[in-house]
Amino acid sequence: MLLYLLRRMLYALPIMFGVALVCFALIHIAPGDPLVSILPPDASADLQAQLRELYGFNRSLPEQFAMWVWRALHGDLGVSIASNRAVAGEVFTAVGNTLRLALVATVIGFMLGCLFGFVAGYFRGSWIDRAASLVSVLGVSVPHYWLGMVMVIVFSSQLMWLPATGAGPGGSDHWIWNWEHLQYLLLPAITMSVIPMGIVARTVRALVADILDQEFIVGLRAKGLTHLGVFRHTVKNAAPTALAVMGLQLGYLLGGSILIETVFSWPGTGFLLNSAIFQRDLPLLQGTILVLALFFVVLNLLVDVLQTLLDPRIARA
Amino acid sequence: MSSVITSSTVSAPVPMQRSRGYWASVWQRFTHDPVAMGAALVVLVLIAFALFGHSIAPADPYQSSMLKRLKPIGTPGFPLGADELGRDMLSRLIVGARLSLFIGITPVLCAFVLGTLIGLVAGYAGGLVNTVIMRVIDVFYAFPSVLLAIALSGTLGAGVVNSLISLTIVFIPQIARVAESVTTQVRNRDYVEAARASGANAFTIVRVHVLGNVLGPIFVYATSLIAVSMILASGLSFLGLGVKPPEPEWGLMLNTLRTAIYVQPWVAALPGAMIFITAISFNLLSDGLRSAMDNKS
Amino acid sequence: MTSLDIGGPAQPLLTITGLTKHFPLKRDPLGRGGGSVRAVDGVDFEVLKGETLGVVGESGCGKSTTARLLMHLIEPTQGEVVFDGCTVRGRDLPLKEFRRQVQMVFQDSYASLNPRLTIEDSVAFGPQVHGLARGAAVARARDLLARVGLEPARFAERYPHELSGGQRQRVNIARALALQPRMVILDEAVSALDKSVEAQVINLLLDLKAEFGLTYLFISHDLNVVRHVSDRVMVMYLGQVAELGPSDALFDTPAHPYTQALLSSMPSMDPDHRTEKAALAGDPPNPINPPAGCRFHPRCAHAAPLCSQTEPARIANGSARSVSCLIHQPGSGHPLAQPKEAVA
Repeated sequence: MLLYLLRRMLYALPIMFGVALVCFALIHIAPGDPLVSILPPDASADLQAQLRELYGFNRSLPEQFAMWVWRALHGDLGVSIASNRAVAGEVFTAVGNTLRLALVATVIGFMLGCLFGFVAGYFRGSWIDRAASLVSVLGVSVPHYWLGMVMVIVFSSQLMWLPATGAGPGGSDHWIWNWEHLQYLLLPAITMSVIPMGIVARTVRALVADILDQEFIVGLRAKGLTHLGVFRHTVKNAAPTALAVMGLQLGYLLGGSILIETVFSWPGTGFLLNSAIFQRDLPLLQGTILVLALFFVVLNLLVDVLQTLLDPRIARA
Repeated sequence: MSSVITSSTVSAPVPMQRSRGYWASVWQRFTHDPVAMGAALVVLVLIAFALFGHSIAPADPYQSSMLKRLKPIGTPGFPLGADELGRDMLSRLIVGARLSLFIGITPVLCAFVLGTLIGLVAGYAGGLVNTVIMRVIDVFYAFPSVLLAIALSGTLGAGVVNSLISLTIVFIPQIARVAESVTTQVRNRDYVEAARASGANAFTIVRVHVLGNVLGPIFVYATSLIAVSMILASGLSFLGLGVKPPEPEWGLMLNTLRTAIYVQPWVAALPGAMIFITAISFNLLSDGLRSAMDNKS
Repeated sequence: MTSLDIGGPAQPLLTITGLTKHFPLKRDPLGRGGGSVRAVDGVDFEVLKGETLGVVGESGCGKSTTARLLMHLIEPTQGEVVFDGCTVRGRDLPLKEFRRQVQMVFQDSYASLNPRLTIEDSVAFGPQVHGLARGAAVARARDLLARVGLEPARFAERYPHELSGGQRQRVNIARALALQPRMVILDEAVSALDKSVEAQVINLLLDLKAEFGLTYLFISHDLNVVRHVSDRVMVMYLGQVAELGPSDALFDTPAHPYTQALLSSMPSMDPDHRTEKAALAGDPPNPINPPAGCRFHPRCAHAAPLCSQTEPARIANGSARSVSCLIHQPGSGHPLAQPKEAVA
């Protein structure tokens, strides 16, 4: 099993390399001279030449790539044009904010999804199943940015229970897990949790229905196992896959948070991406995408490892 | 000397009516599924909007009026209200179906064709070709779809064509994976081996034996992507990366109406409701198709 | 039916020399593993024109792999396949033409048919590949379906899932015959059928053989069936040929200890001669690491120390009766073997 894990981890390396390659290529598929996007528009010819030399635009592409990777490995992701600050710093602050949001959203989505999924699977075939399944279809079909808007309309504008935008009373710099801060987290997190909830519910329903249909359950019940016992058995068998799905959903939320963060002005990586796009701040764009994508690869790896540890059948396959 | 073997020596009794093909039985089950049929009806209405929107819409979707800005639902002459430039919401919603459906469905269609091709080649060829192709696919698969779409759109720039390209690139790896997996399974079946044993070349075998058995599952998977694609495509417009104003498109309308949620919340929410309804319908349609195909008669 | 006979009746239809297939095993990052599964390890035999050669052996002895190697569905690691005097894939016999002349019927009747094609389309596929127009191919398909006992008017446009196992296997036979081959390999073709259906299909096969002048390679693990249909029988063990000879002689007086054990393990119908003891002792063989010397020696009742050191000579081509065993090798040194005699 250890060997399988080792192999799996080694396999992630070429993927990361490929991801870095794609991120690097992004800046070169952008129309126009890449240097223009690095420089402020009124830079002198001297400065232009300097930066051209520094970034190596006068060298071959593979050389540029090597330089870029080298710098990235040392934590230097370039400088943001708009804010003139190091990209790495901005990205990591933003990642912290998004992580908070995504984690809470994933946990909420996972719990609700398990609830609906389990209920649907347990009562499979009945109207309860259909109702719970309907909820999960709705969850998967909703455009989350629109849902965010609706939530803002209902809870902020009309009922005035929760704030509409922002990440905290004093901006985003210091997060404390108290109500003053949490109230900003609540709406975006719930909005974000809907799609994972739908997906987890679907998966769990299929798992539970599958497990309960298997013969060993019948055998166990014939031996007098109580409902609680059946429940425990089901959970034990469904856990690996369900947790894997949850892990993947966390990854998707991290990468796909831009839409919700835009609606709620949540200062996370998505928001950063948004401003990077509209200010044509390519270093910031590139750096953010790289960090997020690598995060996703590592997360996938962790999910695989976790699944293998929980379900030894996989390593033997 | 050959003995006469009559059909009476054949074992089980056989029904006399003409046999039904696989797709015919799928269609049968599909058309008898009430939920799927309801969803299909909604989809047909939306397609009608897309095709004949300009004729159906009561007013000109581009006609703006500074006086009529942000009128609520039920205003005479503006049954669903007016947007931030005084244009009739109902008309814009109807005509908007065209672009919204177009940018949602087209990438899935293109990805279906290209992804199936890639997956077929990788699955049938096996070996090194398979490994190389699938590793490249894996690299793109390593990006969360929203992120990749935004990254590509962000660097290519705004516009319908660019968002079509980026969404197609996002969906190709997903479809290719499914295609490769199914093709590999089919390739190892005995009837493919029997076809090879009769001397057919790879192209013929794929055309006659593999394609028919592989398209079904891939198609069902692709239909499940339509809703996602629509939401994502409209999402790109919502961010300002897709369709450009003044074209009516639901995502773009949500964007321009965002500031109006404090003034006319329900008018501002309408375009999103359309996306929601469309996504639900396509998802239910896709689910119905999957059930109809899963049921082995 | 076909006048493709090149070498005349005396020339064997198929000559197999040194056929070997090793499936390599992956090595893990620490260098463990590796080696290969020696599925077929140096097999020589001939198939004479117009005969039925039966092939028997336990699961994993290499019967099916040999069949697939013959048809070149998998590539041999080593060895030569000569068909009516022409080397397959050589100048005189390209692969596609070889495949027209040798066809195969598989064991799983359902998996052998494309579920999306009607059975007449399945049967007509082969001829179309070799250039026959669609109309003519379909006509031939219907004709063959009638010959195998499936009335075309009722069956031609059906799908495989609407037929029973026996009917499907008839379709597979029709499909194999559609190319008008000279030889048909039957790889456990009747093993999955009910006994009564099996009897019908076997009778059909024998009738077709006579009508079309076919040669059969009949692979099976069912000894009774093999005895009934075969002219000669080849016994395989762990990728090699243990014994080869005329069917009746081999079954009445088996020479190789493995054959003896196989035959005595058949349950007896006679209550006075019950089969009481299991004939074969020891563990089933592992084709990755075959035993040294004679591969059967760990399970052989007559094994001598010599047997774990010396490999018995392989079967000579075309001999009427050959055994790959040290006991039957004069001068091998085995206690039961005859001493080498001076040539008189």
